[in-house]
Amino acid sequence: MAVARLWRHIPARYNLIGTECQICGGLYFPPRTTCPTCRRDGKIIERKFKGTGEVVTYTIIYSASSTFRRQTPYVLAIIRLDEGPQLTGQIVCNPDEAEIGMKVRPIFRKLGEDGSSGIIYYGTKFTPLREASK
Amino acid sequence: MRDVAIIGVGCTNFGEMWERSFRDLFVEAGLNALEDAGTRGEDIEALYVGNMSAGKFIDQEHIGALIADYAGLAGSLHIPSTRVEAACASGGLALRDGVMVVASGLHDIVIAAGVEKMTDVETGVTIDALASAADREWEGFMGATFPGLYAMMARLHMHKYGTTREQLATVAVKNHHNATMNPKAQYRKDITIEEVMNSPLVADPLRVYDCSPITDGAAAVVLAPAELARKLNDAPIYVHASAQASDTITLHDRRDITTLDATVYAAKRAYEMAGISPKDVDVAEVHDCFTIAEICAIEDLGFVQKGDGGPATEEGMTALGGKIPINPSGGLKACGHPVGATGIKQAIEIAEQLRGDVRERQVNGAEIGLTHNVGGTGGTAVVHILSVNKR
Repeated sequence: MAVARLWRHIPARYNLIGTECQICGGLYFPPRTTCPTCRRDGKIIERKFKGTGEVVTYTIIYSASSTFRRQTPYVLAIIRLDEGPQLTGQIVCNPDEAEIGMKVRPIFRKLGEDGSSGIIYYGTKFTPLREASK
Repeated sequence: MRDVAIIGVGCTNFGEMWERSFRDLFVEAGLNALEDAGTRGEDIEALYVGNMSAGKFIDQEHIGALIADYAGLAGSLHIPSTRVEAACASGGLALRDGVMVVASGLHDIVIAAGVEKMTDVETGVTIDALASAADREWEGFMGATFPGLYAMMARLHMHKYGTTREQLATVAVKNHHNATMNPKAQYRKDITIEEVMNSPLVADPLRVYDCSPITDGAAAVVLAPAELARKLNDAPIYVHASAQASDTITLHDRRDITTLDATVYAAKRAYEMAGISPKDVDVAEVHDCFTIAEICAIEDLGFVQKGDGGPATEEGMTALGGKIPINPSGGLKACGHPVGATGIKQAIEIAEQLRGDVRERQVNGAEIGLTHNVGGTGGTAVVHILSVNKR
């Protein structure tokens, strides 16, 4: 994998920078160059998301591709960000803890690696939002 | 536009076929289809082949030419051959492309086919190749596997509608039972609810027996204009609708995670085109890549209300002899899922059902059948409606 493939997404992967359409107010993560609602009439600007949200649904992955095999079992979820958009990400928690509706917050973590000698890539995972961690 | 008919079908056995190559499989299916149609290579004007990922599975692209070459349609006849890709819906899309080109009047006799050779790489590579049906950047790189995405659909369906683990298992048990009557199926063996529920977890709540297997296989049909069909073959099956719809590639961007809107829209377009409603369908082959997928499919195709797929399956509505038999071939689950071939195999099962050719698994008196082929988690859906009757 060429470094540029991962490098160009650093703002979105590290800091949850997505986009907003100034015409319809639609919020998008990951970023889009065209508003899917307004299309050519839209006006897209950058928008940072806080990263807090709640679990819409989740699974615990036991059988993974070679990149993720060492991490199994891990919790993968669809998360609805507080601002509205939904994304797919891992939740760093005990698999027994995961539940629909659980509040989560973002954490910076290693996501994967491109083979044994390729680049290591990083991004956002999530963890349960507890009172103590606020 | 002209009406189109299927005048010949051919399918390999489905399974792990270590002794057979990609091209061996394709040639067998294609020759069987031509023989069944009573046509010859010289009659074929074009070839469409569904294939998801030969680039990853056998390091080979340029599949159209390869297949035309080994089928004897390239070196002297120079027939145009096109590969079609829409992940797991590649076969359904190849059928649709063949139907469109005959309907348009551009060509008379064409082959629509599908092929996948999945066992030439180790399982980790296969899992990763299948994950490319989803969004690599924003699902795959986050650790999503293909079963993992369907598992998230299953979890939410259970949460919203009370669908039970047993109801999911019933889909696998039914489809394995149907496959015991299909000599081409990968798994011709009955299983029990307990075996499904005790099989190893793949992506909770989905277990090994909730998942369609890794399969080698190929399937082909010969298409002709409806007005010529009877002259060419004495048992043509007519294509009354061919419809397709798209949706977001990521599961998380959908309007509803438990509904495949691509299926809803493709089905709506197909019913309109055929002038029928879901209750007119006598038999259907639907895309059960996972047990939850069949439950969503029967809801989204309009056979049952949203949320009723689990209880309907448990009550036997979708079994052979039920109100609407689903996946008499054994489905992707038990007949096998050579990804690019699946959409064509579904059409073959329905064509053979409508001809009355399938012995013990025959749906008696079936006149109208439906096929439903999904790409990814629902980014693409293709629906065909077939009938014994000419319009």
